[in-house]
Amino acid sequence: MTNEVPPRDGLIAGLDSPLSRRRMLALSGAGAATLMAVSAPARAAEAPPKVATKAHIVIAGAGAAGLAAAARLAERLDGATITVIDRRKEHYYQPGFTLVAAGLKPQGYVVSTTADYLPRGVTLIEEQVAEFDPVANKVVTDKGRAIRYDFLMVATGLHLDYAAIEGMSTDLIGKDGLGSVYAGPAAAVVTWKEMARFAETGGVGLFGRPATEMKCAGAPLKYTFITDDYLRRNGTRGKSELIYTAQNKGLFSVLIVSEKVRMLFRDRQVKVAYERVMTAIDPGRKIATYKTPTGTAEFKYDFINVVPPMRAPAAVRNSPLRWQEGVWAGDGWMEVEKPTLRHKRFPNVFGIGDVAGVPKGKTAASVKWQVPVAVDHLIASIQGTTSASVYNGYTSCPLITRLGRAMLVEFDYEDNLVPSFPGVIAPLEELWVTWVMKTMALKPTYMSMLRGQA
Amino acid sequence: MKEFDLAVFLVVFQEMLGPLLWILPALAIAGLVSFAAVLLHEGGLVSRRLVRSEIVGVLGGFAALGLMAMVTISGFSDAGGPVDWLLVGLIWGVGLVGATILAYAVQGVFAWKAPHGH
Repeated sequence: MTNEVPPRDGLIAGLDSPLSRRRMLALSGAGAATLMAVSAPARAAEAPPKVATKAHIVIAGAGAAGLAAAARLAERLDGATITVIDRRKEHYYQPGFTLVAAGLKPQGYVVSTTADYLPRGVTLIEEQVAEFDPVANKVVTDKGRAIRYDFLMVATGLHLDYAAIEGMSTDLIGKDGLGSVYAGPAAAVVTWKEMARFAETGGVGLFGRPATEMKCAGAPLKYTFITDDYLRRNGTRGKSELIYTAQNKGLFSVLIVSEKVRMLFRDRQVKVAYERVMTAIDPGRKIATYKTPTGTAEFKYDFINVVPPMRAPAAVRNSPLRWQEGVWAGDGWMEVEKPTLRHKRFPNVFGIGDVAGVPKGKTAASVKWQVPVAVDHLIASIQGTTSASVYNGYTSCPLITRLGRAMLVEFDYEDNLVPSFPGVIAPLEELWVTWVMKTMALKPTYMSMLRGQA
Repeated sequence: MKEFDLAVFLVVFQEMLGPLLWILPALAIAGLVSFAAVLLHEGGLVSRRLVRSEIVGVLGGFAALGLMAMVTISGFSDAGGPVDWLLVGLIWGVGLVGATILAYAVQGVFAWKAPHGH
């Protein structure tokens, strides 16, 4: 399947429009039979012949991007050796972390097993890539195993750099009003416990985001809105103060969205402290320290959602794959071409998902639109041809603005809004239908993406 | 050739709806089949029964909204814009039509089994 055009007719980790039509029908109670009948024409479109090759393709990382790429390659290649390398046995459905941390879904909602998604014929090595050597076309795992490749897809995800915040450690999550949604499924659960406790008593809630690139920049905003809603439901909002610390002068990288969030925060009486980057935390005294343009500032909190700086994993950061200069170099993101995700200096290497050094979207939606493009280009290289597939930076975020409502924000590299349902689902409107998608349609779509089918 | 992975959706739907995943389609199919059978058997619609069924249908509309609220951990009271009201109407309408057909079929089957039962 090729996704050569800007994905105007799709959204999120794939709430593509056929799916949402299917959802509507499914909701009607017509059930699975109708669902399948309606979906069939949507995917009967093309059946390209398999490409015969003896190439060895290594995929570093079995997260959303790695698994989706493995599925697509396995489907389109005949005779290739495909090796996926990832030490972790569990697969995390990360878009669900917020729902877990909001007390709406159990931990099991976001945890499954990587092996369950592994396409037939693909080998999984349960180790971690410790060294990339693109000059010699090989990777070395943490167990010292060297693996040569003809093509490499780097899908390692990113590193949550909690240690960069002085006094912070993941052991603190879930204690003394300290939460952090990102650290993993268990952290999301204990974050919810802390937030629920806070919502009962009220007090000062502290939110914010790091100055680095990050996964789903909407997530810290969502969690602020959700906490606000719980405080209101518990009648403790009046004696509470919510503060959002922004790393720069905006609330979101897309200006029009930033302004909308500013208005919503104003409406919900969430105070915003601009140009505050967290540098230290004192969990005993419940004080967070921030760097400001003029020095430092301290905020006391009763509840805090810590969002750590995010960087490329050390193996990538310390390899020739990283950007050599510019804004992406410092944190070691991979130097790839924006439209193709092909490495700028090592043409047989691709970077997909969070590790890719491209503007915007470290989201499942980005993965959904990146992977088919990178796979097209990789297969074209195998065939000795070129591909016209282009990734335009599309990403999307169902930005929860209260329990039961969300804004469907979709945009591209150029900060253009690219709504999937123009005139029907307004991008900057708080809607129930967007919430319905987030809670119902997203996960099925994500699962299909892992299997290369969405 | 891509094939639609039935298993994936079934697993996820199972998770979302639990046993309702099976009950709802079974109800829909049973309702339609018996409705058709009753129509064929009686050679037309019985107006009084249809009116009774429509009353049940109205309740069915609300039941559909209730089910939706349960599954999405939210409800129609969260509707915030025109498309939301459209969705609420759609869900209610589907519940109404489904429940009406089902109620008509059930009554028809009972009348069929006891043709002299007045």
